[in-house]
Amino acid sequence: MVDPRHPLIPGLSKLDRKLVRDLWSMRVQIIAIALVIAAGVAVHIVAAGMLDSLKLTRDTYYDRHQFADIWAPVVRAPEALADDAGAIPGVRAVESRVRSAAQFSLDTMDAPAAGEVLSLPQANGSAINRVFLVEGRMPLAGQRDEILLLETFAIAHGLEPGDTIEATIYGARDRLRITGLALSPEYVYAIAPGQIVPDPRMFGVAWMEREALAQAVDRDGAFTELIVQLQPGAETAPVIAALDRLLEPYGAPGAYAREDQISDAFVSSEIDQLSTMAGFLPPIFLAVAAVLVNVVLARLVALERTEIGLMKAFGYRDRDVVIHYLKFASVIGAIGFIAGLALGVWLGRSLAALYTEYYRFPYLIFSLRAEVYGVAALVTFIAIGGAGVLAAWRAARLDPAIAMRPPPPPDYSQALGAGLTRWRRIDHQTRMVLRQILRWPQRSAITIGGIAVSAGLLISTLFFLDSMEVMIGSYFDIANRQDITVSFNQPRSREALYALERMPGVMAAEPVRHVAVRLRNGPVEERAALTGLPREAQLSRAVTAAGDGIEPPPGGLVLSQDLAEKLGVKAGETIEVEVTEGRRPVLEIPVSGVSTSYIGSSLNMQIDDLNRIMGEGRVITGAALRVDRDQEARLYTALKAAPGVAGLSLQTQAEEMFVDIMDQSMGTSILIYTLFAGLIAVGVVYNSVRISFSERETELAVLRVLGFTRGEVAYVLLGEIAVLTLISLPIGALAGAGLAFVFAEAMSSDLFRLPYVIEARTFAYAAGLVIFVAISSALMVRSRLDKLDMVAVLKAGE
Amino acid sequence: MPAVSSDTPPCFDIRELTKVYGSGEAAVHALRGVDLSIPDGDMVVLLGPSGSGKSTLLNIIGGLDRATDGVFKFRGEDLTRASVRQLTLYRRRHVGFVFQFYNLMPSLTARENVELVTEIADNPLSAAEALAMVGLDHRMDHFPAEMSGGEQQRVAIARAIAKRPEVMLCDEPTGALDSATGVRVLQALRDVNEQLGATTLIITHNAGVADMAHRVVTFSDGRVGKVEVNETRIEPEALTW
Repeated sequence: MVDPRHPLIPGLSKLDRKLVRDLWSMRVQIIAIALVIAAGVAVHIVAAGMLDSLKLTRDTYYDRHQFADIWAPVVRAPEALADDAGAIPGVRAVESRVRSAAQFSLDTMDAPAAGEVLSLPQANGSAINRVFLVEGRMPLAGQRDEILLLETFAIAHGLEPGDTIEATIYGARDRLRITGLALSPEYVYAIAPGQIVPDPRMFGVAWMEREALAQAVDRDGAFTELIVQLQPGAETAPVIAALDRLLEPYGAPGAYAREDQISDAFVSSEIDQLSTMAGFLPPIFLAVAAVLVNVVLARLVALERTEIGLMKAFGYRDRDVVIHYLKFASVIGAIGFIAGLALGVWLGRSLAALYTEYYRFPYLIFSLRAEVYGVAALVTFIAIGGAGVLAAWRAARLDPAIAMRPPPPPDYSQALGAGLTRWRRIDHQTRMVLRQILRWPQRSAITIGGIAVSAGLLISTLFFLDSMEVMIGSYFDIANRQDITVSFNQPRSREALYALERMPGVMAAEPVRHVAVRLRNGPVEERAALTGLPREAQLSRAVTAAGDGIEPPPGGLVLSQDLAEKLGVKAGETIEVEVTEGRRPVLEIPVSGVSTSYIGSSLNMQIDDLNRIMGEGRVITGAALRVDRDQEARLYTALKAAPGVAGLSLQTQAEEMFVDIMDQSMGTSILIYTLFAGLIAVGVVYNSVRISFSERETELAVLRVLGFTRGEVAYVLLGEIAVLTLISLPIGALAGAGLAFVFAEAMSSDLFRLPYVIEARTFAYAAGLVIFVAISSALMVRSRLDKLDMVAVLKAGE
Repeated sequence: MPAVSSDTPPCFDIRELTKVYGSGEAAVHALRGVDLSIPDGDMVVLLGPSGSGKSTLLNIIGGLDRATDGVFKFRGEDLTRASVRQLTLYRRRHVGFVFQFYNLMPSLTARENVELVTEIADNPLSAAEALAMVGLDHRMDHFPAEMSGGEQQRVAIARAIAKRPEVMLCDEPTGALDSATGVRVLQALRDVNEQLGATTLIITHNAGVADMAHRVVTFSDGRVGKVEVNETRIEPEALTW
C-alpha cells in the first residue's frame, strides 16, 4: 500500500490531490456544466419558490382578512334576508353590504376614472373581506364624507390621507375626504369589471360607512350584495343554488364563487402558470446536465485509463476508484446547486418584487420551505450522482493490466461512415469530420439532442412574444377598434347614445347592451355576459381567427371558441340562455357562429334581438366611440358631466398597459429563459468540442506537421460541431414548436388564451442565437489549436 | 567541417545554430552552435545519444521549431526567422515527415491518408503510385486499425513521399518495428531517396542503419561531433541490427 498522505497537504489523500488537479485542469468544462445545473436549480427555485410564496401569501392574506367564498349581488334586498342566508346549510358567516358603481374626477387626468364604492364591514359583523389599512385611519361613524381609498389608485394620483376626491355616486357628485389608504383581498388584482388589464389610474375603489353609502344610493335598510363564507368542507354549488333561490325576487343576477371573482381568477391563473413552469423546465435542464456530466466523466475515465490501472495495481479497491469519480461528479453538482440556489433566490426575490406591482398584497411572504430546496437538492443529487455512478463504474471495471496499456487506436473499418470511401466528391478533411460523427453516434446524438433542447427552449420561450403580439393585435386592432368604451351605471334609452354622438370629438358611436346570463347545454352551465351589438358593427365586434368580422344573424348567437368548448356546442346547435336580470327570460337560441377571442370570452347577439328578449325598448348600457384625439380633453369634460356614466375604458391606454405588463413580467422571464437556454448550448457545445479536441489532439498536431494551416486544422476539429449544430437546428425547431404548443395549452386560462403562432423570425432568431453561442464556445477551444505541440507528437506514441 | 563544393547552394546550410529552452538558471542548451551543410539528394543518418541535439535539429530543419540564434537556410532561403505561416507553407510544399509511431489518421483508409496530403500539394504522385512504391497497392482501402505496424509505417512513408518532397525527415522510423519489418521500411526509404531524389534525414538509435546512408552525422552534447561519408553504402536487407 502506498501512503495516501501527502506530506505537504496534510489530510488530503493522493487521490484527492489528483481530484483537485483534475478539477482545476477541467475547470472551464466544469463551469459550463455547473451553469446548466445552476440554470435548472434556479428555474426550480424561481418557479416553485415563487409558486409557493404566492400561494402562501395569498392563503395567509385570504385567511387573515376572511376572504369570502361566495358573492351574491342583488339590486336591492331587505336586510332581514341576510339572516335567512345565514341559515342555509354549509354557510358559516354572511355579511350584507352595499356596493355601488362610482365615477371619480381627478385633477391629474382629464378622463374620469371608473370605480366602486363599498360599505365597510359593520362593527358587529363578521368582517368578511376585511380591508387592510395601509396608512391613515378608518372613517368615523357618522362622518358621511369620509372614505378609505384603494392604495394603488391613490398612489397613481398622488393622493394621501387628508386629501379629498370628487366622486359621482348614484348620480350625485360629492367631494369625499380620504381618511386612509387600504388594500383588500378582493382587489389583489385591481381590475375594473369588463377590463382586461389593471390600470391603477383608471380604476378606483372606495370604502365608506354602511349607513352613509346606503343613504347615498337609496338603499336604506337594504343591501345590494351578500358575501358568504362557507363552513370548512362545505360544497359551494348547493349554497349558490340556495342563495339564488332566496335572492331571485330581488333582482339577483346569480351568486358566484371565488373562481369567478375577477381578482382571485387572475391570481389563481398566475399560480397555475407558475406551476406549469415549475413542472416543465427544471427537469429539462437537469437531464441535460446529467448527460453532460456522464459524457465528460466517461471521457475523463478514458483519458485516465493508465492512471486508473496504476491506482488499482497499487492496491486501491474498486470502491476507492468509484468514490474518486463520484467525488468529481459531486463537486460539479455542488457548484451547480449552490450557484443555482443563489441565482434562484435572487431572481425569485426580484421577480416577487415585480409581482407586487400588479398583484397588490399587503405583504409578500417569500417562502423558504425546506421542501422546495430539498426537492432541488434531491433531484440534482440523483441526476448528477446517477450520471457519475455510471461513469465511475466503467472506471472500476477496468482490469488493471489492460488499463495500463494504451487503448488500441479507434477502429473505423467497422463503424458507420466507413462506406463514405465511395463518396469521392468530398475532400478528406470533410471525410474525417463526417467519419468522426458517425464513428461515435451516441455521443453525436447527445450533442445534437443538447443543442436541439437549447434551440427548442429558445423557440418556445420566444413564442410567447409572437403569441402575445397576435393576441394584442386581434383584441385591440381587429376586434375592438373603438377609442373609448363608455359604460352606464344602469340601462338607458337610445337618447343617451345620441347624446354621446353629439359630444365634442365623437366621430362614431355604436350602442352596446350587456346583460348577465347563464348558458346551459345539457348539464353544463356557464356564466357569461351577453352583449347586444348593432348590425354591421364597425367598432367592437367578434372576429374569426383569420381576423374577419363574424356577425350574429337575426335571432342567433355568436360565441367565442372557449365558451363553445366549455359548453360543448357547435355552430348550428341550440343552447339555453337564462338572462339573470330584468324579467329573467329563459330561451333556446341557435348558435350561428363561433368566434375567436384570445382575451376573455365573448357572446354576442343583435341589440334589437336582445332588447326584444328583455321586453324593453331600445335600451343600451354603454357605447363604443371613435373619437378625434385633438378634442379628447373637451370630450372628457363633457363625459364627466354626463349623467349615468359609470366609467370609461380608453383603448390606447389599455393596450399600452397590457403591453407594459407583458413586457415587464414576460420580458424578465423571457430574458432569464433565453439566458438559461443559451447556457445549455454553451455547456453542450463547449464540452463536445473540448472532448473531441482532447481525443484528437495528436491527430490535429500531425495535420499541422504535415503542413495544414491552423484554419484547415480548425475545420477538421470544428467542422464536427458545425455539422452537429446544423443537424440539431431543424430538430430543435420541431421540439420548440411542440413545446410551444404544450405551453400554449398549459398557460391558457379562462382569462387568456395563447394563440399558437410562431413567426418565422422566431425560428431565425433562435437559430442565430444557437449558432452564435456554438461559434463562441467552439472558438474558446480553437485557441488551443494554436498551442498544439507539434514537436511532442513526433515522439509520442498513441 | 567538411564543406560540400557545388555551384548550387546545398539543400540545407546551417551556421552557428543554437537552441535554448527556458531562461536563466533553468536554461537548457539543446544546440550549442551547429554547423552543417547537407547536399541535395543525400541520405543522411543522424546518430547520437538521447539529449545530444539531433531531434532538436531535425525539428528546426522540419520547420516545427525555431532556432534561438544562428542561420538555417533551405536551398539558399533563410528560414531562421520565418513566420508561423511561412513555416507551415515550407512543411506543406517541401517536407515529408515519417514518425516513430506512424501517426496516420485512424478515420481514413490508406489511400485517403495519402490523398489527404496530395489534396494540398502542387504536383503530387497519385495515391496509388505512392502506395505502390512502398508495396502496399493491394491494401489501399484498409483502415490503419486493420494494418500491422510495418504496413502502417509504409503508408506513412507513402503519405510523406506522395507530394514529391524535396526533403524527407524520419524520426526513429523503425523504432517501433521488428527487424524484418524495419528492413522493409528502410528499403522503402532508400527507394524514395533514389527514385525521387529527396534529401533524406533519418534519426535512429540503431547504428547499423548508418551503413545505408551517404553521410553519417554524429551528435554529442548539442554539437556535431563528426560527419562521415560512406564510400560504399550497404543495402538495407544486408544491414545488421
